[in-house]
Amino acid sequence: MPKTIDEINKKIKKGEAVVLTAEEVKEMASSSGIKEVAKKVDVVTTATFGPMCSSGAFINFGHTRPGIRMAKIWLNDVPAYAGLAAVDAYIGATELSETDPNYGGAHIIEDLIKGKDIRLKAIGTGTDCYPRKTVETYINKDNINECFLFNPRNAYQNYNAATNSSKKTLYTYMGILLPNFGNVTYSTTGELSPLLNDPGLRTIGIGTRIFLGGTQGYVAWNGTQFNTTTARNRKGIPIGPSATLALIGNLKKMKPEYIKPAIFEHYGISLFVGIGVPIPVLDQEIARAVSIRDRKIETLLCDYGAEGHPPIARVSYEELKSGSIVINNRKIKTGPLSSIYVARRIAKVLKRWIVSGRFLLSEPVAPLPRRSRFKHLIIRKGGKR
Amino acid sequence: MKERFILGFPPECSDRPITYHLIKDYRFKVNILRAEITPGKEGRLLIEAEADSKDFERGMDFLRRERVLVYPLKRRLNIDLERCIHCGICTAVCISGALDMERRNWQITFNVAQCVGCELCIKACPLRLIQLNFLNNLNG
Repeated sequence: MPKTIDEINKKIKKGEAVVLTAEEVKEMASSSGIKEVAKKVDVVTTATFGPMCSSGAFINFGHTRPGIRMAKIWLNDVPAYAGLAAVDAYIGATELSETDPNYGGAHIIEDLIKGKDIRLKAIGTGTDCYPRKTVETYINKDNINECFLFNPRNAYQNYNAATNSSKKTLYTYMGILLPNFGNVTYSTTGELSPLLNDPGLRTIGIGTRIFLGGTQGYVAWNGTQFNTTTARNRKGIPIGPSATLALIGNLKKMKPEYIKPAIFEHYGISLFVGIGVPIPVLDQEIARAVSIRDRKIETLLCDYGAEGHPPIARVSYEELKSGSIVINNRKIKTGPLSSIYVARRIAKVLKRWIVSGRFLLSEPVAPLPRRSRFKHLIIRKGGKR
Repeated sequence: MKERFILGFPPECSDRPITYHLIKDYRFKVNILRAEITPGKEGRLLIEAEADSKDFERGMDFLRRERVLVYPLKRRLNIDLERCIHCGICTAVCISGALDMERRNWQITFNVAQCVGCELCIKACPLRLIQLNFLNNLNG
């Protein structure tokens, strides 16, 4: 019989909810069957901990006396976006320091979470209401006002695997790709990944409460580049990049082990973001979705050595995670970009929060888009006025 | 004894067949894993060398006399596993298989015996936790 989120929350409050991680529920499904999962399991916890470039934080610094309308801002020499109200800023994860190529916005985010002091420099033009023109001081998470992570694109529902047919080594956001199909990298955690456990996005929507960086966060919106047109396999799993999430959460409560800056050689800076999403097992259809294993989750292997990164093969996460795949009769080493080790820990932490009654499930306020296409940027001369 | 070394040849010993003498005079079983020459600077040879302990010592003395720098590989590469998040990015570039994922716990494993010192993992690690240790030249 179908359940509601309300009924599951009542069980959570009474300490009676049955909560399993995505890996545990798949084990249960293979031994006891989908019907048993639908009957007995209330919530499945999913997780991921991968580099997600489209991340950043809003900060309100508070006003100096007299005040300044900050027009340009640097945090430890990393430019922050100042085109907001007088003392609001956005620090993007990939923004590079003007003095240190191995330091960027992601490191600022980490330093804020750790409570470290950060050098703030800002300049303004001086106005009647905000006469000050420069400020230099130190900030940390305790002496600023709000500071929340707002990531425009996280938790990709599947992503391409990458290889390189060219004769030279490529330094990419998919890691170092060795020449002549020297290796393969992949970034999704497969069967543990949030949006692959609810491929129809029936339970995840705007307002869904989640684990974000070690604290509770929320799905704010659909993520950018949200794409519902990706082809799906027989299990209903998109074969390649499709849905994404825009996420929000209080940076001041986050934990450094779940948010880590990443340096990609000759590419730039990114941010490992720890995300956990609870999936309520409302009915048999959802029970079936959370039981899908890596061998039935597929993606496209794309050639980053060729123009446009064309797909050259369709591979399953079972193959990718085995450590090698075969292309053109040659065995090629595979390596992940996301930490399955930390993702498993996140799924367990979220499970513990729910079991102990500290985390209740939320009904989506609105669904994610049912139809959305990913457009390319067309270069043209002159525009319509 | 069997160990992997990086031999650093300064420019002044480029006219002498040092590896030949290691094999011929000191009975080293040499497996050359990697060789490179930096223009005008030094040559570097990664070898796996096997010899009985007496020959081994004599061979090392010979290298010292010839002013060849000897870096044991196992003391060169240092991975800070305490801070490692086990993302696995380094394993993708480790073609020798020294760095691999333990597929039950999804943690990194490092088997120094398989390392060929290509140093790609140093660039690949997004947390910059893999470092070279230059202080261990056996010839001082």
